[in-house]
Amino acid sequence: MNQISHQAIRPDFKIISDWVSTNAQVLDLGCADGSLMRHLQETKNVYGYGLEREAKNIAKCIDNNINVIQMNLNDGLPSFEDKSFNYVVLSLTLQSIKHATVLIDEMLRVGEEAIVSFPNFGHWSIRLQLALGGKMPVSKRLPYKWHDTPNIRLCTVQDFEAFCNNRGIRILESRVLNNNFETTLTQKYFPNLFGSIAMFRLSKKRKISQHTTQEP
Amino acid sequence: MTLSKEQSLGANSVGIVTPQTMQIDTPLLLECGVSLPSHSLVYETYGELNAKKTNAILICHALSGHHHAAGFHANDEKSEGWWNELIGPDKPIDSNRFFIVCTNNIGGCHGSSGPTSINPETGEQYGPDFPIITVEDWVSSQALFSDQLGIETWAAVIGGSLGGMQAMEWSTRFPNRLKHAIIIASSPKLSAQNIAFNEVARQAIMRDPEFYEGRYFDHDAKPVNGLRVARMLGHITYLSDDMMAEKFGRDLQNRTLIDFSYDAEFAVESYLRYQGDRFADQFDANTYLLMTKALDYYDPAKAHNENLREALATAKADFLVMSFTSDWRFNPERSREIVKALQDNKLNVSYAEIDAPQGHDAFLMQIDDYIDVFQSYMNKVAV
Repeated sequence: MNQISHQAIRPDFKIISDWVSTNAQVLDLGCADGSLMRHLQETKNVYGYGLEREAKNIAKCIDNNINVIQMNLNDGLPSFEDKSFNYVVLSLTLQSIKHATVLIDEMLRVGEEAIVSFPNFGHWSIRLQLALGGKMPVSKRLPYKWHDTPNIRLCTVQDFEAFCNNRGIRILESRVLNNNFETTLTQKYFPNLFGSIAMFRLSKKRKISQHTTQEP
Repeated sequence: MTLSKEQSLGANSVGIVTPQTMQIDTPLLLECGVSLPSHSLVYETYGELNAKKTNAILICHALSGHHHAAGFHANDEKSEGWWNELIGPDKPIDSNRFFIVCTNNIGGCHGSSGPTSINPETGEQYGPDFPIITVEDWVSSQALFSDQLGIETWAAVIGGSLGGMQAMEWSTRFPNRLKHAIIIASSPKLSAQNIAFNEVARQAIMRDPEFYEGRYFDHDAKPVNGLRVARMLGHITYLSDDMMAEKFGRDLQNRTLIDFSYDAEFAVESYLRYQGDRFADQFDANTYLLMTKALDYYDPAKAHNENLREALATAKADFLVMSFTSDWRFNPERSREIVKALQDNKLNVSYAEIDAPQGHDAFLMQIDDYIDVFQSYMNKVAV
């Protein structure tokens, strides 16, 4: 159900592949035609399932030799047990999820870690379009007009970091990429201004027991 | 592209087929405790078995099904196999690649041992004395059949509805004897509502004055009215409300006004009566009773504290599970239970929930998304 145009092997796939451990169990939410899962199977020998809503993508996933389960992510992940996967991935799909908070909670319930990537709405070109053009921004990553966009949960890198902080989610790793899926100095030092795509590896903050929080 | 696919599916058939019979003399101990010293199964095959015997596919039939799954019988244009839409050259179950086998299950009435066959101990027709058979018994019988046919491992075992239950049973009982299990419009067990429908169908047959406690053949009789009502009821549950609305609506049959009678005034009445008549002509009442019982009884989780994951834990095959959104007899929720149990066992499973208005019977039909998924999956089935 990714609403964003795909390329052959996307560089963000490579980053996700670097993040996951070999032989890991992975759930890919909104797996589209299954190319990410296929890439992870081929590079990291992962095992798992892609979840996908669109009927037309199911056969494509099977052609890509991945396990695919047709379901709607807006219902959460009720058919998956707690901590039954090492990683739950949501790649460039967050922006079209109705109950994004619920889904991210679900990802961290089912997975030991979550990997989330999304188009950064804080990119300078988007700011400029709204500030100077006075119109809802349209970009390579977000090609839709306001009235027909499936992308209803747009956020910036800063927004997402604040969201994680407020919800007790630990950011283990993050990468911000430009439109060509590269990280240059501008993305490194001004991620929210020059980042086109943001990627996060997350886990739940360990509950700190009363014992250790007591001041000496 | 859609057109050419439909054209090829419609045009291609395995052609004229001839049923064969296999006599199995290995005793078969049934779930009910009875042992059948021997039994026979009538079956058909399509395509060629390869030298390594790795391309064999077993098709398991549903409630009122039989061995004639594809092609036509000689000199009978109307004898199209019940799954001809899906089995044949270049169809999802491709007879150019696979050696496809379909048996008439034991207890059936199309030539395999069942209520209409002769009890060797008495020399008389079994009738109601034929033991009640379960899904487990069918799979045991099919396994003996496989041995005799020389098939050690099936490339896939495939079934819809009650046939899907057999595919599931194969996967847990004989995990090393199949590579893939394809379970379509099926369920890990019937709901109370399902059993209720079956019971109404059985009562319609058993309360027919021509039933004679199942010994109607001794009285030169047949409970055709009971069978008709049973089939009419069944047929309603195999279609969806939307499909019936679209197909019949409130159209009248061969008249422009209602005539205040109990004739088949509405088109839907006429259709159901036709289906009932056709079925009653060719189906045996005792077999219908027996097969509905097999459906009711199947519940693999029961022996595992109602835990389906444990019941499926022995499976090794890869699975494809498919359901249809408008199927209210075996609704998608039932298929999702199977999928969850398989994924909790970390088995390879893919699941498609086909958006189709045709109800339970959709599994018999050419529906684009269904064909696409089926075709893609079958391409993966190595031979």
